[in-house]
Amino acid sequence: MLKEGQVRIPSGCAISGIFSRKGSAISGERIIRSIAVMHDRSNGLGGGFAGYGIYPDYPDFYALHVFYDSQTAKQECERYLERYFDIINLSKIPTRKSAAIVDEPLIWRYFVAPLPHRLSDSQLDEREFVARRVIRVNSSIEGAYIFSSGKNMGVFKAVGYPEDVGAFYRLEDYAGYCWTAHGRYPTNTPGWWGGAHPFALLDYSVVHNGEISSYDANRRAIEMHGYRCTLQTDTEVITYIIDYLVRRQGLTMEEAARVMAAPFWDTIARMPQQEREEATYLRNAFASFLITGPFSILVGFEGGLMALNDRLKLRSMVVGEKGDLVYVASEEAAIRVIEPELDSIRAPKGGEAVLITLDAQKGGAQ
Amino acid sequence: MAVRFLYPEFEVVRNQDRCVACRACERQCANEVHRYDPELGCMVADESKCVNCHRCVSLCPTRALKIVKTDHAFRENGNWTGKAITEVYRQAETGGVLLSSMGNPEPYPIYWDKLLINASQVTNPSIDPLREPMETRTFLGKKPGGIQRDAQGRLINNQTPQLELSVPVMFSAMSYGSISYNAHASLARAAQALGTYYNTGEGGLHEDFYQYGPNTIVQVASGRFGVHKDFLEAGAAIEIKMGQGAKPGIGGHLPGQKVGPDISRTRMIPEGSDAISPAPHHDIYSIEDLRQLVFSLKEATEYKKPVIVKIAAVHNVAAIASGVARSGADIIAIDGYRGGTGAAPTRIRDSVGIPIELALAAVDQRLRDEGIRDQVSVVIGGSVRSSADLVKAIALGADAVYIATAALLALGCHLCRTCQTGRCNWGIATQRPDLVRRLNPDLGCQRLVNLVTAWDHELKEMMGGMGINSIEALRGNRLMLRGIGLNQKELDILGVKYAGE
Amino acid sequence: MKRVYVNEKWCLGCHLCEYYCAFANSGQSSMVKALKGRRIAPRIQIEERNNISFAVSCRHCTDPICVKSCISGALSIVDGAVFIDSDKCVGCYTCILTCPYGALTHSEQGAVQKCELCKTNEFGVPMCVQGCPNQAIVYEER
Repeated sequence: MLKEGQVRIPSGCAISGIFSRKGSAISGERIIRSIAVMHDRSNGLGGGFAGYGIYPDYPDFYALHVFYDSQTAKQECERYLERYFDIINLSKIPTRKSAAIVDEPLIWRYFVAPLPHRLSDSQLDEREFVARRVIRVNSSIEGAYIFSSGKNMGVFKAVGYPEDVGAFYRLEDYAGYCWTAHGRYPTNTPGWWGGAHPFALLDYSVVHNGEISSYDANRRAIEMHGYRCTLQTDTEVITYIIDYLVRRQGLTMEEAARVMAAPFWDTIARMPQQEREEATYLRNAFASFLITGPFSILVGFEGGLMALNDRLKLRSMVVGEKGDLVYVASEEAAIRVIEPELDSIRAPKGGEAVLITLDAQKGGAQ
Repeated sequence: MAVRFLYPEFEVVRNQDRCVACRACERQCANEVHRYDPELGCMVADESKCVNCHRCVSLCPTRALKIVKTDHAFRENGNWTGKAITEVYRQAETGGVLLSSMGNPEPYPIYWDKLLINASQVTNPSIDPLREPMETRTFLGKKPGGIQRDAQGRLINNQTPQLELSVPVMFSAMSYGSISYNAHASLARAAQALGTYYNTGEGGLHEDFYQYGPNTIVQVASGRFGVHKDFLEAGAAIEIKMGQGAKPGIGGHLPGQKVGPDISRTRMIPEGSDAISPAPHHDIYSIEDLRQLVFSLKEATEYKKPVIVKIAAVHNVAAIASGVARSGADIIAIDGYRGGTGAAPTRIRDSVGIPIELALAAVDQRLRDEGIRDQVSVVIGGSVRSSADLVKAIALGADAVYIATAALLALGCHLCRTCQTGRCNWGIATQRPDLVRRLNPDLGCQRLVNLVTAWDHELKEMMGGMGINSIEALRGNRLMLRGIGLNQKELDILGVKYAGE
Repeated sequence: MKRVYVNEKWCLGCHLCEYYCAFANSGQSSMVKALKGRRIAPRIQIEERNNISFAVSCRHCTDPICVKSCISGALSIVDGAVFIDSDKCVGCYTCILTCPYGALTHSEQGAVQKCELCKTNEFGVPMCVQGCPNQAIVYEER
């Protein structure tokens, strides 16, 4: 059977997220309990988590999480990394063996910083430099796959039910101000670890429930800007679009949301003048990044979390709040299980971006 | 002389039991096929003059007429077809170049018919356009490439001029001269009613139609007929015509007899003189010359209008399009070999150029490979016959399509392909006042509006089926297509998978 | 009130209106049966000279001079349209003489004939209007 990247595999899913506005550390154990409730929304063929603020000892280094199919791939990838990065720490990612998670690849973690002369030779800014190296490894080193590459954040994913994946990675040992989780229901896959979600590039991570109909239009448009959609998944293309719009174009997260889930022209026509002009501009200038078809996504980034539904709200998603904690999930039950007494709960409208940032950090994405 | 004799191609079959001899057929046939014979007391026909335009058939109140292809046959073989034999006879007789009209009729593959469209099932809901918004509004022009903000951090609108279409279908270039005043009036009014654009073609713009300027694309072709400052400023966009799908590499010729007072004034040439468009623009012998004309026209109109460059789909179309995209043009129009014409040498029409489907796929991919797809919009024509062709064109990568043959059919054209005679019985490809009068623009406009509205409904239904609710999510979305009956090379060029993959 | 109007600009001189009129007033079920082998006497007629042609039929004037001049009371106005009662018509032809448009003619059935806005067909408009291929004859409110 073909794996992600060789074939496009649609999938349905469950997502969940927790965010502390004050930046307090939340144990990984809580997000596992939340996503476990939605067991039936996944089918054991993929689960994963992203945690932010989980590497306080290495906040200024890019944490690369890598899957290797073989020692050869590992050697080749490490040779490549050494050419471009100063690797200050490398280790296997600690795991706990269990009958529920099998066929694991080699799973390694590297804390790295770009080699200064390589960076200056490249004439790129640091983040672009790192992004290009990651895309290069994933598209050209057979059997090596960097699935997490941000600072002070990390993605943990595998083939299996998400609660088993969380236990496998010992997430109770990590704590961060933000967690997202994903349980996957692909319609057709042998289950490749790299194909599980979240999908991440730099500090952007995306978990997604849905199947977008605009996929190939989005893919062909984003590939013009140097990205390679090697996995052929929705999550991958959405992540690249966010990276392009926010990091490379300099749009805010809200503006990026207005591109991806653009208001209908009828809605735009009813807006006050300045807002109307801006919405028209964004829709027109970045037309190829409009995403259609059902999706609910959680976009994690340094200091923030954005929840967004497609503009028709074809997938369920609710947002609950309790004190400084914000919860987002496909189903209310997944929130109630970890926080029965909420201050508020609501279902955001289709296309309405819910942006949550650390109190200490104003302005979100920048 | 017996050797000159060519058996008529069609037979006029009249059911004398039904014919009431109202003589409408006789009055309506500009080719003078029908005649009332008082001695016989009935209508008779000279089928040697019949072009099979169906005017008589359509108007006969008792359905007494039909036209059939003759079954009179040469001793044909696979190589020497009746058509090949006849054409040799005709050239032996006249020593001339064979002329034809409308698009390439030869049985080359039609790739539209070898592409199938996707629909949602289970994993992703289809969308009902009667219940949910379904957007087909399209903008044509450059994308800005990068944002700018003002001192307050607000986004600055740094977009260059755009064309806004409420439906991604425009009427392509047909000059006043090649078609009639009433045909132009119908197109102009329909473009306005539909929120799209029609194209003047290379014959200038009649003064009566300046009022439709916001829905008009004015064309500058190699003959520069009717091009002046007011003309350029009248339109919403300016199109430089470098080539035409029906006759790539050659110019045009409007015979003097069609150049009456109105056309003479509109084209700015003497009455009765032949209007000859040179094969190349004599100020464009290279891509850098094109860039100069693009910017001359932009200067002349103060950078307020997008410039379209129209090229014919020829072998090297992807590289040419890439050059055009870098020439400062805002929109590239590509015309396939099925595209129509008022007159073209038969050999060129039938043998030069490539299918628009392959040209479009190659151009779109090439522009993406070079990272310049956002610098231009791509419009294709020649020929888009239905909303299914339209959906496939957009999924292959077109921003919008140009239609002309389909528009003429809506106006009554029956594709008899004898436009070059100037005796169009439907009042379209003619300048004879008594024939022009047969096309009432009230009717013509309504029928064009009906056609495009119908396509728009169908487009929305198909988009909804795919789970797509806005046209930009269909553009270049080749996963929504599968090939059938295609070889691997064709699939590779079209960038689609085979059905079942 | 809706009336039949003529746009001579779009008249092609095809004379089809005459045939549709003759058929409509024949009482026959098919045009072939009604008109085959017959000379027609329609209530609408094409006038043409040089390149100009147009159809002429009763205008259903608001103050019709034909009705005023009818000596037997055969002509009357019903819902704004002028009708003729052939049982009352004595064939004096005064109406033919007085109509400034030439819209009344002699009928082969003995009396006078004129357009009575045949609308009782499947289309709901007079047949000359329905049969005109170029909307040169229209039935509308003005």
